[in-house]
This record gives sequence, C-alpha cells and structure tokens, in this order.
Amino acid sequence: MSINTQPVTINLGPQHPSTHGVFRLRVTFDGEQVIDVEPVFGYLHRGTEKLAEERNYVQIVTLTDRLDYVAAMTNNLAYVRAVESLAGISVPDRGMYLRVISAELQRIASHLIATGFLLDELGAFHTPLIYCFRERERILELFEMLCGARITVSYMRPGGVFQDAPIDFWPRLDDFLSSMPGYLDELEGLITENEVVLARTRDMGILSAQDAIDASITGPVLRATGVQWDLRKAEPHEVYDRLDFDVPIGSVGDTYDRYYVRVQEMRQSLRIVQQCVEQIEPGPVRSETPYFIRPDAVDTYVGTESPKGELGFYIVSDGGISPYRMHIRAPSFINLTTLRDLLVGWKMADLIVIFGSIDIVVGEVDR
Amino acid sequence: MMEIEILRSGFDFLGIYGFFDGFMPDNLDWLVFLITSVILAMVIINALVISTALLTWFERRMLGRFQSRLGPNRWGPFGLLQPIADLVKLLTKEDTIPEGADKPVFTLAPIVFLVPALIVFAVIPLHGSSFLGRLNIGLIFVIAITSVNTLAIFMAGWSSLNKYAMFGAMRAVAMLVSYEIPMGISVVGVAIAAQTLGLSNVVLAQDIPFILVMPLGFLVFITAASAEMSRTPFDLIESDSELGAGYHTEYSGAKFALLQLTEFMAPVIVAALVTTLFLSGWRGYGPIPGPVWFIIKTFVVLFGFVWIRASWPRLRVDQIMSLAWKGLLPLSIVNLFVIAVEVFIFNPGEAGLSTRDLLIMTGINWSITIIALIVIFNVMGQSKLKRPEPVALPLANMYANTTVSKKATDLAEAD
Repeated sequence: MSINTQPVTINLGPQHPSTHGVFRLRVTFDGEQVIDVEPVFGYLHRGTEKLAEERNYVQIVTLTDRLDYVAAMTNNLAYVRAVESLAGISVPDRGMYLRVISAELQRIASHLIATGFLLDELGAFHTPLIYCFRERERILELFEMLCGARITVSYMRPGGVFQDAPIDFWPRLDDFLSSMPGYLDELEGLITENEVVLARTRDMGILSAQDAIDASITGPVLRATGVQWDLRKAEPHEVYDRLDFDVPIGSVGDTYDRYYVRVQEMRQSLRIVQQCVEQIEPGPVRSETPYFIRPDAVDTYVGTESPKGELGFYIVSDGGISPYRMHIRAPSFINLTTLRDLLVGWKMADLIVIFGSIDIVVGEVDR
Repeated sequence: MMEIEILRSGFDFLGIYGFFDGFMPDNLDWLVFLITSVILAMVIINALVISTALLTWFERRMLGRFQSRLGPNRWGPFGLLQPIADLVKLLTKEDTIPEGADKPVFTLAPIVFLVPALIVFAVIPLHGSSFLGRLNIGLIFVIAITSVNTLAIFMAGWSSLNKYAMFGAMRAVAMLVSYEIPMGISVVGVAIAAQTLGLSNVVLAQDIPFILVMPLGFLVFITAASAEMSRTPFDLIESDSELGAGYHTEYSGAKFALLQLTEFMAPVIVAALVTTLFLSGWRGYGPIPGPVWFIIKTFVVLFGFVWIRASWPRLRVDQIMSLAWKGLLPLSIVNLFVIAVEVFIFNPGEAGLSTRDLLIMTGINWSITIIALIVIFNVMGQSKLKRPEPVALPLANMYANTTVSKKATDLAEAD
C-alpha cells in the first residue's frame, strides 16, 4: 500500500508575523520541506518615485524618510548626496560630521532591529527583541534632540543638515557611546554562543560570494559571504576617509554570518561616532543653498552605504525645480533577487529565519 | 469489582469518604462514592483553574520583568485581576466555526484537551492522602492520561481545515509521541528507586529528594515534559513566528478560552508532578505545613519554566526529533540502567531504600550524570563545529579608489 502525498501551497503573508510588514511569499511545501517559493510584493507601493517628480528638491527629503522607515537618516544622506552631486553643492565640515554621526547611529539602530527580529523569528519569546529596542530607544532620543522627530527625521538638507546639534546633545551622546559596547557584549553573551542559535543559523541558507556579486547583492548580506565591499571605504564620501574603521566580513555566507557581521558593524559604527565626536569642530552646518535648487539639465547616480546595502539615487534633471525622473536603487529589493535559490530545500522554520536574516524593509522594497 | 477496590485503596479524600460511609447504609455505597467524587471533582477543578489563572498572571508578570517592562499592572493590585479580564474578554467574543470545518470534532477537541489535564491532577498528593494520592497505580495513570492531549491537538488541527493548523497538528503528533518515551523511561527510574507506583508513596520514599539522587532522570523528565506541554525551546506546535498560532488558529471565544486554559494548566500539572517525583512533594522542614511546601516548590519549578521561555530560541522540527531519539532516549536508558543496578545491589526489600543507600546512590549518580552530559554535548553540541576564519575574497577590490586612510591632522598639513 502506498501513501498518497501532495504538496501544500501556503500564502505566507501578507498578514503573517514574520514577513517584515506586508510581504507575501507563496510557498509550496512537501511536508515541512520548501519546494517552491514565489515572492509577491507591492502591497506597500506608494509611488515614491512618481511623487518626487511633483516636489522640489528639499521637499523630497521627507519622501525618503518613508523608504526604509527604520533607517531614515541614511536614506536622507543618500538622497542629499545625490542632489549635491547633481547641483554641485558643497557641504561645510561640521555638517558632514553631523551627517556621519547621525548616519552611523542610524546604522546601529537598524542593525539592532535586524538582530532583534532575527532572534524573534528564531523563537526567542521577544526578550532579545525588547533588549534591542531598549537601546534603539536611546538612539531615537538622540535623534529627537537633533531634529525633533524620532522615525521620520528629515534631518538632512542639500548642503548640510537642518540645524546644529543642541549643547546637551553631546553629553547624552557620550553617555550612549560609553555604555553601548557593554550592552553589545551582553547581547553577544546571550546569543553568539547559544547552542540553539548556532543549531538554527549555522550553515543555513548559504549564499556564495560569486552568486552574491552576480545578483548585485550589497551590504551585510554581501559582506557575510566574504567579499569586503563597503562604499564607505571604496568611495569615501563625507568624512569617512578621515576615520579609522574596519569592514567586518563573514567566512561562510550563512545566516549566522549575516547576524555576526551586523553585530561587528555596530561596534565599528561606535568607533566611527567616537572619532567624529573627537574631530568635530565649531562652524556652519549648512552651506548657503537656495530653497529652490535649479541644477543644470544633467543626470547623476550616487550610491551610499545604507544599513541594508547600497542605496542609490539616480536623478535626472531638466533644469527645473523638481527632478524630471528619480529612480531609487533599493538594497532591500535587490537583495531579494536570490531569495528563491536561498529558500528552496530548507524547512519551514529555516525559511522564516533565512528570509529574516536578509533584513528587508517593505517600505523600501515596494517604494 | 477490583477497580473499585483499587480506587478505594487511595480514596480517603481528607476523610470525606469515611465520614459519609459512617452514617449511610451499606447498600448505598455507590451513593457515598458518587458524593465524594463530586466533591473531589469540584475541589480539583476549582483549584486547578484558579491556580492556572494565577499562573497566567505570574508568567506575564515575570516575562515583563525579564524583558525590562512592567507586565500587566492595571486591573487589581499588581494586575492580579488580569486573568479575570482576559476571561471576560474571551467569553464575550463571538464563537465562530469555520465553514468547512468538521463541526463535531472541532467542538469536541477543546473538551478532549481539557479533561485529561483535570483528571491527572486528581492523583497528585498535595499532602498525605489528599485527593487520590494513594492510588497504587498513580504513575501509570499519569503517563496514560497525559498521552491523550496528542489526540486532542490533532483533532483541533485536523478539523479546522486550515493549513497552518494542520502543520501544527502534524508537528504535535510527531513530537509528543517521541517525547513520551524518554519521559516514561525516566519515570520508571523513580518507580524503581521508590519501590512503588503510588505517588504518595513515592514522596514518602524520598528521604533525600530524587532530584539529588537521580539528576539525570530529573533533567530528562523536565526536558521531555517541557516538550510535552510544547513550551520553549520545543514550542513548534504553535510557533508564532512560523505558524501564527498553530493548531488553534481557527478557534475563538469560549473554545479558545478552554484551549488556552488547558495550555496554561499543563505547566501547573507538570510542575506539581516534578515536585512530587523529584522534589519530595509536601515534605519540608520547620513549622510550615506540607501543602505550603508543595506550593512553594511548584512555583519554583514554574519560575524555571518561565525563565526558560523568556530566554531560549526555538529548535527546528527535525532537531527536536533528533534530540528526543539521539539525546534524551540514551540518557534516560543510562539513568534507568544505573538505578536498576544500584537497587538490585542494595536489595532493599519491603522497607525501601535507606538514607545511607540513597546517599551512596547520589554520589554515584552525580558522577555518571556529569560524564553522560559531557558525552552527549560532545556528540550533539554545536561548539565542536569550527568555522573557517574570515578571509577577504579578491572578487571586489574595495580599496581601488582610495589611498591609506587620512586623519584630520594630515588634512591640516596638506592645507
């Protein structure tokens, strides 16, 4: 007698606890085994690129906040760099330092969320997640001091930043910088050597370096495969060439490496902020820039290292006050290119964890 | 009527049976039996439901503390009335049954889930002869009755006509059946050492708590038991990050309340069992009465469960199965073998093992436990897998466009 079996197709999402927003995966299972994956997205499409054509260059900053909504600062940075390159705007030193400080703090906050949710998906009952959120809260408070907003910051402007940091910002930042390494040690002590975490993440969802490069994957996902590629080093912008930091890489390219690279990057970001605090000097934070920026009729592409990878803005100008066309190279979206190859063959529990370790934000995937 | 005789042997529930038997005529024995049973059932159900309500409060409060937040604190002092608010909320929800569901099975599942949990508690002795503690087949009774919840979970998952529920139910059957074996074998160790199957007598045999005499048996039992009630790290039946809710995805209202009640009852029962089997039950020191000792010990065990839940990630389904068959089963057999040989050598006879025998067993068993755990960790543990050192691949040259990193001081010189 033989047993009849048949594959089961499940809609994982758009309402599902582990799909990072409204992402949908049509997964076909053979028992617990994944035999086919079809990602479906677009549920959070807001037409950011089209909306940008209706706004002037300063107003678009607020649109970029909503792309990767857990890393608004780096989105701001990527966008204003593109506008500055388009219109040839220079930025004063203090402005650049403030930008680097806020961008690196945002990188820590974003990686904290990635790590916390990865652990949540591994099944730890919210404890690591809430520990991560506790520290992220302190970063958000710092942002609130900088610009009055916590998530949708809109802190940066073409030509610098919106305003200088208040005086009591610096002692709070020092506080954070002195306590954060200890916190990271605590987090690592809980997670990095944990038997269950190792059993669940090691050698799961291996992405080879060649595949990653072929699929144009960037960010921690690429670095976990052993490719030492970081735009902050490769094409130093702002003041990154005056700062001393390492680019951590992984060895295998599995889920564990993607987690561990993020933890190490948080430590490097702390180093960067520390050096910025030492080097920053008084001065103007924004160059004299008109409200209506009228670049020449040219186009430009500028890529910036965001927490998820290379966030690029391609802006075409027709000489008017708003872009003729703006295209966003969203790292979350492009990092999903190999999703099917990564997931097929693994079990349901691995599917959730591998998908989570890529660390996407649907606001950026759908734009 | 042997069954009645067996039951009666343990059925002196706080003297109630004797009290009614005293003035009732002999031919109304069945009525006495019935009255006593109803009283017993009332006490057990209420005690269990209220302690479960307390546990939900305790667990949420503790989890809050573990996660550096407050937990329920609004309704009543320290949020103690929170379980009542939860209950009222659940009972006022609409009780829906999915269109394609197998209605009788769907309705029956919560009841099949709840009843065994209540019945098991009947044989656990809070103190001396309380409840059916002296039932002389207590251990077999417990193992037999707890197996029924597998059936209930499968009924719930199957009848819901929901793919997530089906996944949860399938996982449940595989896991619960596997973990029953190491759990049963570790209980056999207790029975051999105590020379009895009655739970009250198991407690009386523990001049030294069995957690010290057979630490390996305790570890296997508590691991298998947390899998049996599907708590972290074995909570894949309802793993919220994968299946949403697992087998009770489609349940709502009163049925969902029953399922949740039973699910939270399981830790109470397991903790009470652990207290009876390994922590010497009601026996304690000083003027504190036995039942209080029992409750204190139970809550210590419950705190352990909450702690584990707050800090551990979940294992994958195949890893859980391999832990049961490759890890716990050998450990439980080692434990059983060692205990059996020791008891055979001491040959205690009717009197049971003396304190001196138990002390010698403690010494031997601790060393065997440590050796066995080291062996198992080396065979199954993850730390033996070494990872290669990270080496930068030459596939992309990041330093192509940049010179050695400049410092602010260098810039000043260049200017």
